[in-house]
Order: sequence, then structure tokens, then C-alpha cells
Amino acid sequence: MEAVITEIEHLKKSFGNNNVLKDINLKIAKGENLVVFGKSGSGKSVLIKCLVGLIEPDEGKVIVLGKDISELKNEELNILRKKVGFLFQSAALYDSMTVRENLEFPLRDLKSKPKEEIDALVIEALKNVGLEDAIDKMPSELSGGMRKRVGLARTLILKPEIILYDEPTTGLDPITSKEISNLILEVQKKYNTASIIITHDVECARITANRIIILKDGTSAAEGTFDELSESTDESVRAFFK
Amino acid sequence: MVVDEKIKNKIVSEEITESSENPYLKKLKDFFEEISSLTLFALRFFKEVVRPPYEFKEFVKQSYLIGYKSFPLVAITGLIMGLVLTIQSRPTLAQFGAESWLPAMVAVSIIREIGPVITALIFAGKVGSGIGAELASMKVTEQIDAMEVSGTNPFKYLVVTRILSATIMLPVLVVAADAISLYGAYIGVNLEGDVSFHLFFLQVFEKLSFADVFPAIIKTFFFGFMIALLSCYKGFNANKGTEGVGQAANSAVVLASLSIFIIDMIAVQLTNLFI
Repeated sequence: MEAVITEIEHLKKSFGNNNVLKDINLKIAKGENLVVFGKSGSGKSVLIKCLVGLIEPDEGKVIVLGKDISELKNEELNILRKKVGFLFQSAALYDSMTVRENLEFPLRDLKSKPKEEIDALVIEALKNVGLEDAIDKMPSELSGGMRKRVGLARTLILKPEIILYDEPTTGLDPITSKEISNLILEVQKKYNTASIIITHDVECARITANRIIILKDGTSAAEGTFDELSESTDESVRAFFK
Repeated sequence: MVVDEKIKNKIVSEEITESSENPYLKKLKDFFEEISSLTLFALRFFKEVVRPPYEFKEFVKQSYLIGYKSFPLVAITGLIMGLVLTIQSRPTLAQFGAESWLPAMVAVSIIREIGPVITALIFAGKVGSGIGAELASMKVTEQIDAMEVSGTNPFKYLVVTRILSATIMLPVLVVAADAISLYGAYIGVNLEGDVSFHLFFLQVFEKLSFADVFPAIIKTFFFGFMIALLSCYKGFNANKGTEGVGQAANSAVVLASLSIFIIDMIAVQLTNLFI
């Protein structure tokens, strides 16, 4: 197993009286794809938002690339965030910008780089997702699958060490879903990134997962490979694979 | 981010306990909470505006969108404002045989009060609703979160630039609207009379003083600031999906318009006190 690059210890998060995450512990190694299954409202998105500091945990430690998120100042957190990609469920492309501008946005700090170099990075990221022709399109001109792919290209442009996918295949047809899942796998192999993939899509999990955890009642109810969990004796675990 | 989270936690916990609470007490509590949250938002603006890095490119873009793109609407409104005010005032002045006072009276009304307030209201309708809806839609579609995780400070990029642009652009628009409005008044005067351009403006500037112009311009900075502050606040804190976008745009305009009248009332009192 490669080095652990993300570690969560005794993570707790509540919203009012609703204890969403009660005690989450997990480790992710470099180059590993971890799929997180769980019912809607089980805290899957809250979990990955805690990893990038979008949500502050009530208790517990979140260590990303050797740094405890809770101890970082805003500037330090922003530096760390550049090493962690986040693909949102809706892709979250900036509506008022073209695809090119969307991809250039995370590179704003690299003002010293010549324009040709920035252009090359944008084109490379779009080539990775097979969308170099869409460079001057507006997000409104793209299909759901294309938006997800542009979102992934925007995530990849900073060559992150960890990528967090929030339901990458939700709302897509089975063929596009499979394309996105294969793309996630390709990214893992090409850049040796660690990924946490939040999904309800069994096919996506089958293609991408090295390991799966199932969230239930705010804790990790089961953990294992796709084959192990799909043949589990626990009915509530097997239910996710039907 | 941390403040947002605390507010979110607070809202959820309150939802559970509020059912037993007195509804009037709850409304009062909500009101003061909103005021404190808005104050924190404004304080954050003053903190972030002086701290580098500066989003100069976005500030220029917003100034163009907020200022230049609003000019045609403000210009048309200004022209009609001057024209109508002159036409409406003429019969009353004629009754007292004071038609020659028309240019000066209209000019003082426009420069002191009507120009800044009407332009600010038009500005609140166009720019305030635009900012409220844009930021709210970015919030509910996770674009603001995406900006944050890409290492950009969304408050600085989206809020600071818009508030700064609106604060600077509104006074410029008001000066332009006042000038166009005076030209409208000149047209209005000449509909039933024959006054030369030179004589009209001679009469206008003869009666205008520093005390008419300066306080009127100064208050527009506050109008611009409040319009953008309230719109950004409503947009940045929107929730409830697409319904929240409509609510943010609507409440941005309502609150901004109300704030214009409140600031105007304070400005008039201060002007009378000092000048």
C-alpha cells in the first residue's frame, strides 16, 4: 500500500439535533480510489466538504496531505485547496464564463506564466476529457455529460493530488455515466491521484473503486472491495448493489 | 466560511425549538439576527477591501457592467424626469407670475433631491436585482463553493468588487443623469416658451450653490454602497434552491430602495445641520 495522504479521525458533524456524522475514521492512500456509498442524507457530501474546509467539523481530525485542516489559516488553506480537486454534483461551472475562462480561473495565481503556457494547460486539460472543441462555448451550450467533463477538466488543470467527486454520474444516461466512470479511472492511472467518489451508481463503483465504504447512521457501517461487499451477508449492505 | 457554517447550525437548531416560541418574539429575534449578520457582512467588506491581493480586473469588469451598461436607462430616465418636472411645475409658477424662476427651481429640485434619489432607485432596480439574482444563483448551483475550493476568496472576488464598483459608479451616473435631466428641463421650458440654451443654464447656475451640489453627490456614494451591500448580502446568503434566487433578487431591491429613502432622510437632516 502506498503512503496515506488523507486521514480522518473520529469526525463528528451535527446540524442542530441532526447528528449527520457520528464517528468517521478513514485513510486514503496515494493512487487509491475510495467509493463512498450511503443513503441520501447520510452525510456523504458533508464528509468530503469537511476535507476541503467548506464545512467545519464539530469534532475530530481531518488531515490532508499531512496538514490538519482545522489548524490552517485561510491563506494556508487556499494553498492546500489547490492540491485537492473537487468535482461538484452539478459541475458548478461559472455560467458567465466560457469553457476556456472556466479552466483558466484556477490558474489566476500563475500570472507570471506566459499566455501560451496557460493556453497549453487549458488545451491539455480539455484533451484529457475529449472536449477540446468546446473551448469557446458557454456552459449553457453544453450537455449534462459535457458539463461534468469540463468540470473534471477544471479540476485536473492544477494536477491535484486528491480528487473529490460528488456524485459524478448523477443525472446522466448509462452510456455517459460509463464514460465518466472510465474517465475517473483514466485520471487515477495517468496522474496517480487519490480519489473519494461519492455515488449511488453501482456501475460507477464497480469500474472505479479500489475500496468501498458504506455510511450508515453517521458511521462507516461496512468497508471492503466491490466483490466483498456485493456478496456481503448483511442485507442492508447488499441492498446498495442491487 | 466559518461564519456561514455557524449561521447554518444556528438556523437548524432554532427550527427545532422555535415551534413553542412566541411568533412576535421570534420575528423580533430574526430581525436583530439579520441586522447583526448584515453588520458582520459589512465589516468583512471593510476588512477584505484593504487586504491584498486586489481583484483589479474584476473590479474594472464590474464597473463596466454596473456603470456603463446602466447609462442608457439612467439617461432616458433623467431626460424624462427633467422634462416632466418642468411641464408639471410651469402652471403653478405661472399662477404667481414666476415662470422665469422655472429653470432655477427645476435645477435645484433635480440636483438636490430628485436626480440622486430617482437615479438610485433605478440603479437599485437594475443593478441590485442583478447582483442579488446572480450571486444567489451562483450560491445555489455551488459555483461559490467551487470558487472557494479552487483557492480563490469568493467574498473578495464577487462581493468586494461589486460593492466597490457600485459605490463609485452611482455618483458618476447621478452626475450624468442630472446633466441630462437639466437638458430635459431646457426642452420642457422651450415647449411653451423661447429661452436660449445659454440663458437657461445661466439661470440654472446662478441659483445653484455648493450647498446644493456637494451634499447631493456625497449621499450617492452611500446609496451605491448600500444598494450593492444589501444585494450582495441577500445573494451571498441565499438558500432554498431556485426559489431562493427569486427571493434574493426581490428582497435585494426592496431593501435597497428602502435604504435609499432612509439614507436620504439622514442626509437631509445632516445637510440642514451643517450647511
